[in-house]
Amino acid sequence: MNDALIPELCNVNGRLEDTPDVFTLDLVPPPGYRGFAPGQFNMLYVPGAGEAAISISGDPEDSYRLVHTIRAVGDVTSQLRTRDGHSQVGVRGPFGKPWPIDAARGGDLIIVAGGIGMAPMRPVLYAALADRASYDNIYLLYGARTPRDILFQEQLMEWHRQGAITAIITVDAARPSWKGDVGAVTGFIGRIPVNPRNTVAMICGPEIMMRYAASELLVKGIPMDRIHVSMERNMKCATAFCGHCQLGPYFVCRDGPVFRYSDVAAMMEVKQF
Amino acid sequence: MIQWTAEQLDAFVQLLHDEAYEVLGPVIRDGAVTYGAMQALPVGYGDEQAAGHYRLTQRGDQTRFGYNLGPSTWKQFLFPPSETLFSVRDDLIHPVENQPGKRAFIGVRACEMAAIEVQDRVFLQGEYTERRYEQRRQQVFIVAVNCSQAAATCFCTANDDGPAVRGSADMVLTEVNPQQPWYLVEAISETAKKLVAKIGGAPANDEQHHQAQAAVNEAAEQISRQLPRKGLRDALFDALEHPQWDDVASRCLSCGNCTQVCPTCFCSTTQEQTDLVSMEVRHQRLWDSCFTEMHSYTTGGAIHHKTRSRYRQWLTHKLAAWEDQFDVSGCTGCGRCISWCPVGIDLTEEVEILRKSP
Repeated sequence: MNDALIPELCNVNGRLEDTPDVFTLDLVPPPGYRGFAPGQFNMLYVPGAGEAAISISGDPEDSYRLVHTIRAVGDVTSQLRTRDGHSQVGVRGPFGKPWPIDAARGGDLIIVAGGIGMAPMRPVLYAALADRASYDNIYLLYGARTPRDILFQEQLMEWHRQGAITAIITVDAARPSWKGDVGAVTGFIGRIPVNPRNTVAMICGPEIMMRYAASELLVKGIPMDRIHVSMERNMKCATAFCGHCQLGPYFVCRDGPVFRYSDVAAMMEVKQF
Repeated sequence: MIQWTAEQLDAFVQLLHDEAYEVLGPVIRDGAVTYGAMQALPVGYGDEQAAGHYRLTQRGDQTRFGYNLGPSTWKQFLFPPSETLFSVRDDLIHPVENQPGKRAFIGVRACEMAAIEVQDRVFLQGEYTERRYEQRRQQVFIVAVNCSQAAATCFCTANDDGPAVRGSADMVLTEVNPQQPWYLVEAISETAKKLVAKIGGAPANDEQHHQAQAAVNEAAEQISRQLPRKGLRDALFDALEHPQWDDVASRCLSCGNCTQVCPTCFCSTTQEQTDLVSMEVRHQRLWDSCFTEMHSYTTGGAIHHKTRSRYRQWLTHKLAAWEDQFDVSGCTGCGRCISWCPVGIDLTEEVEILRKSP
């Protein structure tokens, strides 16, 4: 049966509480799941609660687990937070256009993430680090609200210490005990040496943050079509049937969520579009 | 082509019943021509329409197709307003198997045939196939009708979608001479040819072809509304900050009537319905409207949280983005959104203003 609207129920490998409102749900991939590319998402389903579009945050090479890092904000995500090894979760996917990691090979990669926007970026890091020699510098600029909201902190710092990536992690606000950076992540783009001719940038976070980050990168000389953003709209069916996730000519579920900034920049300037 | 008397047409409707079709067509209900299960074609009904206005009228003649369009569309049968996609029982997902029987649509107008083909593009010609729609679509036998009159809200000629049927109907009728109507019958599909042969009918002569053509031409001449399509996509996308959006938002109630009567609007949402006794969960799909706040819901709030942005989304999708998405306009000029808007907003007037610099 070929019906993209019917989920498959999967077992839960485990659940991890990352931060006060974010958790990571590790699922057994459904039979026949064809793998995913960094930046793609699944529709997760809880019977009686409904579906939510959740980006995949795990390692694309790991075919034994399907990992999602989720902020509990609505009915479905709150219900997902109650799932454990004794329960099941429905999965449809993967859907959407991935990050263009191949385009970044042979040059620098700049990743700018804000808040839960770090979740769909981790698969990019897994993929790039698995093929580290193909890239020059890999920069991660990541902003969280407070130190305890930082996702994957130990893993990211370990990669940083190993020299695999250069990570700048900043928070909006912190107690004096925080020794790291404070301030909007976009303000730290000036700190990294940008090679405008040979860099691909990927940005994921709130729309306003993506616009500011993109404009900083444009100032650094990175062409608009080598900057990529992941757009958030109301993705309900993921198959371009339901109409909710439209952005001008696009269905974000099908044509995105990852877009070249040049394809969406003008629409991002129009309020409530 | 052949010609039928009204009695032969009525016999054909009966034949479809006898051949085990579920016969769907005009039914007089709630003071309007609606579409539903019908036994025989209603006789002598018309309608009077204007912005925010619809009245069923008695024509005092013998026409079977003397009305124009009511609030119903055929999409309710191909893409139902509510359907269960799957249910969950005993920790298992059970897809709902949809096995439609054969159906006949009687009286599909040119703009409606065009609208069915627009939805074919939405549900059948994208990356995924909506198989429930596909199964229903394959079971439909379409009896289309060329319009012999137009309502004041009609503008199918703007996009060359009518008043003569251009799409892939099984057969096309033209009603001529309201007082004692006869029908020019064009059987197109093999199924139609077989069914029409069972009724018989005399071959139509040149004069009759001429009269039928004249009736359709007259309908075209009655159409006064315009919606010029050339350059419309770019004009609308260039007008996203036009002050007219505020003006229309001051009148629009954001009720969504326009989207519910539109034959091409395809937005849907889902809901979970749990039976508290059996604990069975049904995952249902329902028609939705871009005029609701939840339509553009994200965790950061609704994107289109004001009426201005909702009307802009609807109009720019229908008349501009649709061309990018489906290579066709989302409007076939049926005019239902004009008649059924409770405050009489007329998209053709709004577009005319939006095309001018503020």
